Parts: sequence; C-alpha cells; structure tokens
Amino acid sequence: MTTPVLEARGLVKRYGRVTALAGADLELLPGEILAVIGDNGAGKSSLIKALSGALVPDEGEILVDGQPVSFSSPIDARRAGIETVHQSLAVSPSLDIAANLFLGRERRRKGVLGTVFRMLDRAGMREEARRQLDALGIMTIQNPGQAVETLSGGQRQAVAVARAAAFGSRVVIMDEPTAALGVRESRAVLDLVLQVRDRGLPVILISHNMPHVFEVADRVHIQRLGRRKAVVDPKSISMSDAVAIMTGALEAP
Amino acid sequence: MSTTLSAKPSGNPPGAPEARRSPLTRLQHLLHAQATIGPAVVLLVAVIVFALLSDRFLTPGNISLIVQQVAVVGTLAVGQTIVILTAGIDLSCGAIMVLTSIVMAKVAADTGLPGVPALLLGFVVGTLCGLLNGVLVTRLKLPPFIVTLGTLNVFFALNLWYSSSATIRGTDMPKLLLWTGQTFTIGGTRITYGSIMMVLLVAAMAFALKNTAWGRHVYATGDDAEAARLSGIRTGRVLLGVYATAGLVYAVAAWILIGRIASASPQAGQLDNLDSITAVVIGGTSLFGGRGAIVGSLLGALIVGVFRNGLALAGVDVLWQTMAVGVLIIVAVSLDQWIRKVKP
Repeated sequence: MTTPVLEARGLVKRYGRVTALAGADLELLPGEILAVIGDNGAGKSSLIKALSGALVPDEGEILVDGQPVSFSSPIDARRAGIETVHQSLAVSPSLDIAANLFLGRERRRKGVLGTVFRMLDRAGMREEARRQLDALGIMTIQNPGQAVETLSGGQRQAVAVARAAAFGSRVVIMDEPTAALGVRESRAVLDLVLQVRDRGLPVILISHNMPHVFEVADRVHIQRLGRRKAVVDPKSISMSDAVAIMTGALEAP
Repeated sequence: MSTTLSAKPSGNPPGAPEARRSPLTRLQHLLHAQATIGPAVVLLVAVIVFALLSDRFLTPGNISLIVQQVAVVGTLAVGQTIVILTAGIDLSCGAIMVLTSIVMAKVAADTGLPGVPALLLGFVVGTLCGLLNGVLVTRLKLPPFIVTLGTLNVFFALNLWYSSSATIRGTDMPKLLLWTGQTFTIGGTRITYGSIMMVLLVAAMAFALKNTAWGRHVYATGDDAEAARLSGIRTGRVLLGVYATAGLVYAVAAWILIGRIASASPQAGQLDNLDSITAVVIGGTSLFGGRGAIVGSLLGALIVGVFRNGLALAGVDVLWQTMAVGVLIIVAVSLDQWIRKVKP
C-alpha cells in the first residue's frame, strides 16, 4: 500500500463542551483530489485547520509522508510543504498581486541592498508572480502590480490558488473555493484544481457543492459528527447516497 | 514580462471598461491608488492662497518658523502613522515624548551624565514605553485606544512624579540635548537640525514601509490581521515591533522638543498626541488600517502648520484657526470613507 502524503489519526478538538473533532482520521494519497464533505458542524473546518496548522488538536497525530509532525502555526505547515487556500482567501486587499503571492516569504535583493538595507526584489517577485499565473493559465489577470481589491471574486480566488500552487511542494488544501463564485468563475476555479493535481500535487478539496465534488474528486471523504464516516468512490456511488451518508440517513457502505 | 505588460487592452474581461468612467469615479480611483495626492494638493493650494493674502507668508523667516513649529508634531506623526497603519491608535505618544525628555534632561542635570549616554537612556525609555503599549495590545488583546488612553495617564503621572512638576533649564543640561534647536543658514533661511532630523526620519520610515518585508507586513496586519496570520506573518511580533519603534521615534521627538523650547518641561506638548493624529488623518492615512503613507503625514503636519500660521498672518483669531483644523479633519476622514468605497 502506498504511504499517504498526509495523514491524520484520531484527531480530537474540544471547545469547552463542544467537541468539534471526535477522533477524526484522514488519508491523502499521492496525486489525488480528495474531497471532504460533511454537514455544517461535522468538523470539516476544524479538520482542515488542524492539517494546515491554524489549530492545534488536543489529541491525535498528523503524519507527513509517514513521519509524525506537530504544527503549532500555519508557518510550520507551510515549511512541511502544505499550502492552504482558506475560505476567506487570506489575501491582503490593499497589497498588489505579487505582494500577496509572496506575503510572509518576500525575496530580498542581492548584495548590500538586500542584506544591509533589506530591500525587496520587487521586479523579481513580479516576474515570478506573472510566471505562476501563466503556468496556471490565469489569463484574466494582466498586471501583477494591480491591487487585489480591484479584482473580482474569481480572480482573487485565482490569486490565492496560484499562491498555494507556487509554494506547495507536497499538498494543497482548498476550503470552499467555489462557495462565493458564479457559474463561470466556479468553472475556472475547478479547472485550476484539476491543473494543480495534474502538476503532481495532491489536493484536499472541501466543498458543499456536490456536483463540483463529484466532477473533480478521485475519492470522497465523508465527515459526520466529528469523525470520518466513510470514504467513497464518486464513480460508484450516487450523489444522493453520499448526501444520505453525510446526514446519517444511510449507513456507510 | 514585456509582452504581458503591453497586451493590456486585448484580454480585458467584460464589465471593466476603463474609458466609460465618469470624471468623479476616475478621481476616486486616482486618490485610491495615490493617497498622498489629496494632501499634496491641499498644501499647495493653501500655500498659494496664504501667499496672496499676506506678503510676509512666503518670506524665508516665516517658512523657517513653520517648519520649526511642525518638527515636533511631524516627528510624532511618523510613529503615529505606523501605529495607525496597523489599525491601531496611540494616544500616549505625547506623554511618552514628555516623559522621555524629562528623563534625558533630569538624569543629565542631576548626575552630570554626558550628552550621549543621556540621549541613549532616553531612547531606551521611549522604546520601553512603546513596547509596554505593544505588549498590552498583543498579549492582553485590549483595543489600542484603551491601552494608550491608560498609558497616557500612567506616563504623564510618572513624568510629573519624576520631574516634581519642575522644568529643567537648558543651561543645566549637556549641549547635545539642545543641539536640535541649533540652526544653520541656507539662502537666508535658518533651518534647525531638529527639522532636518524630522525629514530624515520621514525618509527612512518611508523607505522601510515601501521597500522592506517588514513594511509590507505592517500594511498586511492593518489590512486584515487574520489573513496576514494565515499567510504566515507573525502579526503579534509585527505589532510589538511597531509600538516599540513608535516609542523610539517619540524619544527622537523628545530630543527635538528640548531643542525647540530650550528646556525640558513636564507640561510641554499636552495636545501633541491629538495633533499627531490630526496630521496622520489629514495626510490621507486611514484610521481603519492598511492604507496610507508616511509622506502624507508630513504633508498633514505641514498643512496644519501652514493653516495656523497663514490664518494668524491674515489676522484671523486663534479660535477660527482651531475651527479650520477641525473642519480639515472631518473633510479628510469623509474623503477617506469615500475613497474606500471604490469599486473594482
């Protein structure tokens, strides 16, 4: 059996008397799109936050390539090659696209300007931003020097995805990437998800949108009441059965 | 790179036609992209109007006077700007400045400490005061307004206690502390070293904000702290750095203040905290964080200085000068609100 790229075992997270995660497991295999679905309060967000370092679980362990790791901040997860596209996108609206792409890992100029004066390599970062956008076929964005707040919802999503794809060396996690988008923009983002996978990066996709999940996912992880209820193959199960498992109307196969 | 920049019109997505914007919308976009244009225009117009109203306004002596009057508040505004950029506010800046000036002067006067260590001691005190603000904001997660309202009183009380409410005369302190009030002359205009120091400080901070990763993190933290945190920015550390740096800047302002009044007075600069906020706001920096520039704050301080001076020369009563500044603040903030509503 292949070693999962990213694995969670028995994660528990409690907030006072509320249990968000009650021993949740997850396995992400190399090169796949794993969709995570679940009703509101099933613990999807907590699970994803634990995997991306935004939340420290009370119990359980996380393994990267079979090795146990412990993330105490998003920076730790990023160092391990795990990039997350948060539902809120986590972009800074007043900064430009290139600045957002490199936010938190800016490049400095070579020589004295960089070491002593700490000057940023603006031109280099813009060029690299352009290259990353092109590589993902994001053609609607012309100028990486444009402020993010001047972009449409879909374009902002594209910037966030490009950032994750550019720096994620192991895993890209996407939380509800199509939730706020129209039909055409959703289409473009789903294409981006497929492209990231085709570049060899496995993707965890959290979504409420069943048609989207069934269109792109290789496997579907169904989360219920803080635990993994089932993992199903979207080609061999109907959408309504998946929803039935999710809501508890049907037992897992 | 070159191909992508030149290929602008061809692939424009529908719904964003540049040409069909009304002049007002275009103005809004321009101000949105370049926040310092507004204050620069206001300053220019004010200078022209006051020069027409009074022959004395544009004389070298008067310009020198305005710059000297602006130096203290302009320096405070440098620290105030970086705090406001993080969506904070610093009401304690004037109190930190006065406390620091008293420490510098009194330690030197009482113990005979030479100028350089006295100055460095003041810088350390200012930085620690700023750091205390930062710790309260980040660790206790209290709103900056409340934290600095509290420390304003704490620092002011410490200042009265340590100074015994007595002014320290310039003749009792080392020459170095008074150096900022010394002048040199260019083309008939007397310029104090203090105002040069303010300009250098503005330039250095403008460079740091624009060209370093730290600067970007300051903007990102003020823009959306949670997004910045998720992007891997240690926002707590950024805030601590900002408040501590601001404290250091206020200590420099203290040095300039001593030179300006040729003494260290525990009662000096009582309203300078509000004046620095006024300069920052008129300079186009948003009180909601993430938007603005240091140069704007210098322009803001100069606008207030020019208004007060120009109206005084035109024989207008002080109360109307104060009212003019009040109107400026409200206009500047309304403008900021309007600019922030810009549509993509």
